[in-house]
Amino acid sequence: MTASTADVLDYDEVLARFDPVLGLEVHVELSTNTKMFCGCPTAFGAEPNTQVCPVCLGLPGALPVVNGAAVESAIRIGLALGCDIAEWCRFARKNYFYPDMPKNFQTSQYDEPIAFDGKLDLELEDGTVVEVGIERAHMEEDTGKSLHVGGATGRIHGAEHSLLDYNRAGVPLIEIVTKPITGTGARAPEVARAYVTALRDLLRALGVSDVRMDQGSLRCDANVSLMPKGTTVFGTRTETKNVNSLRSVERAVRYEMTRQAAVLAGGGEILQETRHFDESTGSTSAGRRKETSEDYRYFPEPDLVPIAPSAEWVEKLRATLPEMPWQRRKRIQADWQLSDLELRDLVNAGAVDLVAATVDAGATPNEARAWWVNYLSQEANTRGVELAELPITPAQVARVAAMVADGKLTNKLAREVVDGVLAGEGEPDAVVAARGLEVVSDDSALYAAVDEALAAQPDVADKIRGGKVQAAGAIVGAVMKATKGQADAKRVRELILERCAG
Amino acid sequence: MSDLTHSTAAELAAKIHAGEVSSVEVTRAHLDRIGAIDETVHAFLHVDTDGALAAAQRVDDDVAAGRPVASPLAGVPLALKDVFATEGIPTTCGSKILENWIPPYDSTVARKLRDAGVVVLGKTNMDEFAMGSSTENSAYGVTRNPWDLDRIPGGSGGGSSASLAAFQAPLAIGTDTGGSIRQPASVTGTVGVKPTYGGVSRYGLVAFSSSLDQGGPCARTVLDAALLHEVIGGHDPLDSTSIDAPVPPVVAAAREGAAGDLRGLRVGVVREFTGEWYQDGVIAAFDQAVEALRGLGAEVVEVSCPHFDYALPAYYLIAPSECSSNLARFDAMRYGLRVGDENGNSAEQVMALTREAGFGAEVKRRVMVGTYALSSGYYDAYYGQAQKVRTLISRDFERAFGDVDVLVSPTTPTTAFRIGERVDDPVAMYRADLCTIPANLAGTPAMSVPAGLSDDDGLPVGLQVMAPALQEQRMYKVAAAYEAARDKAWGGPLINRVPELEVAAR
Amino acid sequence: MPNISREEVAHLARLARLAVTEDELDKFAGQLDVILQSVASVGEVAAQEIPPTSHAVPLRNVFRADEPRPGLSQQQALAGAPAVEEGRFRVPRILGEEA
Ligand SMILES: [Mg+2]
Ligand SMILES: [Zn+2]
Repeated sequence: MTASTADVLDYDEVLARFDPVLGLEVHVELSTNTKMFCGCPTAFGAEPNTQVCPVCLGLPGALPVVNGAAVESAIRIGLALGCDIAEWCRFARKNYFYPDMPKNFQTSQYDEPIAFDGKLDLELEDGTVVEVGIERAHMEEDTGKSLHVGGATGRIHGAEHSLLDYNRAGVPLIEIVTKPITGTGARAPEVARAYVTALRDLLRALGVSDVRMDQGSLRCDANVSLMPKGTTVFGTRTETKNVNSLRSVERAVRYEMTRQAAVLAGGGEILQETRHFDESTGSTSAGRRKETSEDYRYFPEPDLVPIAPSAEWVEKLRATLPEMPWQRRKRIQADWQLSDLELRDLVNAGAVDLVAATVDAGATPNEARAWWVNYLSQEANTRGVELAELPITPAQVARVAAMVADGKLTNKLAREVVDGVLAGEGEPDAVVAARGLEVVSDDSALYAAVDEALAAQPDVADKIRGGKVQAAGAIVGAVMKATKGQADAKRVRELILERCAG
Repeated sequence: MSDLTHSTAAELAAKIHAGEVSSVEVTRAHLDRIGAIDETVHAFLHVDTDGALAAAQRVDDDVAAGRPVASPLAGVPLALKDVFATEGIPTTCGSKILENWIPPYDSTVARKLRDAGVVVLGKTNMDEFAMGSSTENSAYGVTRNPWDLDRIPGGSGGGSSASLAAFQAPLAIGTDTGGSIRQPASVTGTVGVKPTYGGVSRYGLVAFSSSLDQGGPCARTVLDAALLHEVIGGHDPLDSTSIDAPVPPVVAAAREGAAGDLRGLRVGVVREFTGEWYQDGVIAAFDQAVEALRGLGAEVVEVSCPHFDYALPAYYLIAPSECSSNLARFDAMRYGLRVGDENGNSAEQVMALTREAGFGAEVKRRVMVGTYALSSGYYDAYYGQAQKVRTLISRDFERAFGDVDVLVSPTTPTTAFRIGERVDDPVAMYRADLCTIPANLAGTPAMSVPAGLSDDDGLPVGLQVMAPALQEQRMYKVAAAYEAARDKAWGGPLINRVPELEVAAR
Repeated sequence: MPNISREEVAHLARLARLAVTEDELDKFAGQLDVILQSVASVGEVAAQEIPPTSHAVPLRNVFRADEPRPGLSQQQALAGAPAVEEGRFRVPRILGEEA
């Protein structure tokens, strides 16, 4: 189902009439060695049903045992988000039938999450800081993966049958739920994106997850509702799933705002429902209406005993928390002597880690920033990918920067080398060799080219000899053309003046 | 009647380990007995002749080579309730939905038995998913009580209890969620023990009600049960609810008890376990047993556990609630029966059609009761309240055990009832577990030991002995002392009074 | 308290994925009612301040080391499956949440 424009209200009109309320639920797959409740590996991309055992296949009689490392990750995430850690909590069973769930219940946490009541500060592009309240972070397990066969697009709708792979079933998940986010107005979509970005950076710094939205190790469900301006009672919310990139988070929230506003403006009612985001159209569509109301019949998981983290344990884990992304940004700003604007550009480009790694590999902060924030950001934009997904590494960028510093490459040549790396032509040195890009630094070759150019334009040569030094530009251009840009223009100019002086 | 099939496990083990008889001979004798009478009794759902003989041979090889045997029960045959997963051997839980399911893994109990050199003869019949008190709820037909073939052998472990009373096996394994080891033991004149919750691993035990289920030993004598208890008990890292503590010294306690001295021991008679639902002959036999304990030197006092009256209703909320969730996995997707995968039916339809066809009436009933009790709006009034009753029952036990060493009661209010008698009256059926359920709710150990025959119908009565958590040795001592006194009074083991079964024509 | 109707039984059966027959609806309605009446007494005793017991044995913090354990081969995993395709469990079409 594709939405036509008539289904949505103009964004400015939405904001004139309504205030949006957001609630974001993020599921993070932990990068533990083994699953939440069994010893099966969690590696991505294995042959189907090869990382399974009686426990995660839900075989009769099998029993779960909690992965201690997953609990530690959960507590560390909770601490990093400023949450309280429960002194005592349990797992619960969330009962519903679905073929990708081997036991037909999800072992999760219900009214006793391990971490609760925290916050996350995030910075918008213009530097505005927004504090998002964290309701809870709880532990649960992932489901298997289904492949739909026979439908038009491999989608579930219209499929004739499905194929199930349970490798992912039981992978530890942490579900992080925000408190309602209000008062963001027109910036709600931007806030949603910034929240997921900030959370991703935090999780990456903690080293608890791969946080790959494209591989599903970070997933976001966006709850959106509208309340008419001047009221304080939340409207009915929808939950949009299937939001697989940062950009989609922003688009999905914006679309839901305009869609809901159109429904409400037309006198309609918002249905509390799950909606699915379609990347290609940028719109959301309603899920299948269930004939029975959702009733998960939660009860404490009798196969697992309660978790009661001691204060000593929690403090020990607190001591392992790395520098948080916002602390790091402050430090970097000081170390690299960046203006607020330069720092913001760096952060907005998503380049902090990459620049830092490039600096670690030997480049100066300015060189590294110039490459990532200017040249490579544009390239990523053109390709429609995240900066980090470009096929070039910080070490490669540092190498190119070093060659420029050494005078082996001009800036122009350096860009060609980078293009070559991006095109898959290998390491920078290999690209230089293969494309023959090295600066012509052999003066005898340059003398020849200079002499030839002076001979070809005797009138210009005379002017230079006559003291019109600025006329040398025309000869420099001719030499550069003759050497296919591989000469260092500064040096060429020196040689021209030397020749004409003689 | 073969000597070998009528021996105790302890006697058989001694002879096998001494090389007087081979385990293969013992195993063959029992397989022959099964072959001869199981058409009548129907204790077994699957007999693993080859596996049993191979296991027996391994023990015989050890003995012949002078190697130490794997355990005190190495070479002794055993009947395993079909609720334990056994790698390569069908495991059905008495349900159509698991017909032909062959597990790719072993339950911890099965593994421990194999490691101990115990010879597993096969898998025994049971009420479907252990839900029942008569074994009439098996999808594979009823098991008959060897004392009277028209009567039930108890349930859910009726196959295990009947196999003992029919001399098809000297040892068996049962599971006890609300009495499924003790009540069958009681009505078949055998011994059945529910250990402390967490004392025997539940890994691979197909769950009925996770917070109540407990595997345990079944035998014809208290000592045999103790020997088996020590083989299957102990900590298992694969079961989060398994207790990390040594198995209580039950074998020593059984041997000590057999000397017949209970002086210094305080026995509490639970006042609440009598009244309109109790058969006169059961009460009479129980009173005699209490007298016998006094005769052994025990001090007997009456104890009140006021909340035991609420144990049955609490159980019939907790167990169905947990089972409604535990049995959700039987959905035709990954294993077991699949029905209706045609005409473009959806997964959801196939699940519902399969579960409808694959589950029996009692299972469906409990799944629906549990679904109801866990629903939002009802949870607090039902499941929540039942969990509070659990607390009250544990407190009753604590108070009682502050005063006495063990508690005693009849195991079940009546002797074996007739097949079919209670099939259409679930609530009457549930009353069979009246006395056994409190121990499940509190997680405390309890056992049933034969207490003579009821004078009104000549059928076995069980004496239930209950102890505090991880104090199994107390109840084994009392039961062994009582058993010795009883045998003296009756002029020999009660079990020998089981009528001779007609051997089916071959 | 309870007086279970056919409709309620039908609702429970749907939640529990049981394709009950019309006959069963009547039979179970009566039986569930009797069962639920007979257990309703749990409401009488347990007062507000009584804590619920979810686990019989008071264990805490039972954890496993994050170390891989051998699991099942694909063949073992699929051996009991009603239908298999491409190393996966083949199941009937799933009525999805997606439109
Ligand atoms: Mg969740
Ligand atoms: Zn696994």
